[in-house]
Amino acid sequence: MQQRIQQSGQAWRRWKNHLATGTAVLGTLVVVAPLLAIFAYLIYKGASSLNWAFFTKVPKPVGEIGGGMENAIVGSGVLLTVASLIGIPIGIAAGVYLAEFGRKRLLSNLVRFTADVLNGVPSIVMGIAVYSLIVVPQQHFSAFSGGVALGIMMIPTVTRTTEEMLLLVPHAVREAALGLGVPNWRSTVSITLRTASAGIITGCMLAFARVAGETAPLLFTAFGNDDKSLALNQPIAALPLQIFVYAVSPYNDWHRLAWAGSLVLIFLIVISVSLVRYVTSRGVLKGAS
Amino acid sequence: MSGKLAERDVVNDRESPDSPGLAAPRLSVVRQYLNAQSDSAGSDGFFKTLMLASALTIFAIVLFIFLELAWQSRMAIAHFGISFLYRSAWNPVSGDFGARPFIYGTLVSSLLALLIAVPLSVSTAVFITEMCPIPLRRSLSFLTELLAAIPSVVYGLWALVVLVPLLRTGINPFLMRTLGWTGFFEGPDYGVSMLAAGIILAIMILPIISSITREVMSTVPQSQREAALALGATRWEMIRISVLPNARLGIAGGVILGLGRALGETMAVTMVIGNRPEIARSLLAPGYTMASVLANEFTEATTNLYLSALIEIGLVLFLVTIVVNALARLLIWSVTRGASSRMA
Repeated sequence: MQQRIQQSGQAWRRWKNHLATGTAVLGTLVVVAPLLAIFAYLIYKGASSLNWAFFTKVPKPVGEIGGGMENAIVGSGVLLTVASLIGIPIGIAAGVYLAEFGRKRLLSNLVRFTADVLNGVPSIVMGIAVYSLIVVPQQHFSAFSGGVALGIMMIPTVTRTTEEMLLLVPHAVREAALGLGVPNWRSTVSITLRTASAGIITGCMLAFARVAGETAPLLFTAFGNDDKSLALNQPIAALPLQIFVYAVSPYNDWHRLAWAGSLVLIFLIVISVSLVRYVTSRGVLKGAS
Repeated sequence: MSGKLAERDVVNDRESPDSPGLAAPRLSVVRQYLNAQSDSAGSDGFFKTLMLASALTIFAIVLFIFLELAWQSRMAIAHFGISFLYRSAWNPVSGDFGARPFIYGTLVSSLLALLIAVPLSVSTAVFITEMCPIPLRRSLSFLTELLAAIPSVVYGLWALVVLVPLLRTGINPFLMRTLGWTGFFEGPDYGVSMLAAGIILAIMILPIISSITREVMSTVPQSQREAALALGATRWEMIRISVLPNARLGIAGGVILGLGRALGETMAVTMVIGNRPEIARSLLAPGYTMASVLANEFTEATTNLYLSALIEIGLVLFLVTIVVNALARLLIWSVTRGASSRMA
């Protein structure tokens, strides 16, 4: 009798185990399905719309078929250059401070915490803040203000990765430099930072990929522009911004361009994410470990 | 810290041993060079100050955003006071503004997203960390990472073209037939709705919650799992007894972090929620969120009061996301003790 109860208990437990496994597998499938659906649809729609004119023509007026997004591709390039020039140096320097000068201090914990909080600030709020800082005094939208908004958004990611990568550098490397009488700053710049450079570049690319697809902070800063422009004090187009405008428009030809633009954007992002993964899987330190 | 500095100074001041033989001439060249710039205290101090200034910039940025938003919205704050938060009027023509429909829309769409995303992401994380064969593990976590890297506007485009028609023709009529009596699924059905926003938000926050859950689960010591298995537990019992209880604070942190992301998400939501400032019980009715009203109306604000009211909405959104993110970070830090959390 007791044995039978035990057996049925065992069966129940085994059954429950299978049930849990099945649920987890099903959950994973449900998560992976939309990703595959989005990718398949994107490639199907985007590839059929992508042609040479997409890269070399600016948009045609409403109603005319054709045209491309050269303005947006160039614009994204300008915006991301400005953003990187602002975000990467500040981010790396802040990371160096956290890792080299400020371990276990109240101040650096606060900075770390603020960086994480800044990472969570909605991008649209960033857009409003930069709007009132730069656009309102200047009285016009500009590429520069868009770059500043994106640059600020890069800082937290760059800072946190730089810090983590520097902490991986063995202490002996620093001591060896200092033992030769190299000044502290020189040891940090030429030895520690260089040792961790692969990892730090990875962090910068992650930040870059993240802001490359941002639309919301550009709505009131870069604003968009139908012509190709390189001027920093003029409104400028951006790929995600143009995709948004075209996606919500009622014109089929614009939808087509939006899909093509999305494909290009995703392609860039997938490449940088895969590259990041490849680099980190090979080890992030140069010859020091 | 000070101990380490002192140690460095000692290392700095110590005379290098004069090595005999071949190495000696080269070493002296190095020594000459170093002596020439022996006054490194000044440059070190400058370098440290520069790094500190950059670190403080982060601080300054957050403070600046807050002050700027507060200053620019002073007109609306003075005009409506606290009632701005619960009044439901939104009339730019007569200059009557209240944030209630937007706060309601943001909360409902985010909670709906959590409702869908939390069970799915936790089960994905459980599958990837505890059950999945090793070769599959890498590609699955790569796939979820990719899901996190897709820009919001592309999600929005997909939702607008694929998800909304699917809801309108397939899922919504079914929901209205079977669950219409609850009042949450009543017509008319436009396709663009709170439900569509909730679903697309869920897809967007899934990777965040599941990657944090995965991270936290992998900090559970292997010996805990082995102990449970040694006592004869099945795999599910092992997960329930030794993994989930140890990871629950961190999972809560991940969920709150996902909430923070959902609250501030702009583009995808704006494209599918229908953008109508009304409060409806039905999830199939269009709504509006704080982020999407900013995206839609900010450049169209004609009067100063209108602009000021919009910026006040931005201020509210900023404060709410800061509180939510701070809470999430504290929870995650308490579990992983400041270990890597940069991917969020």
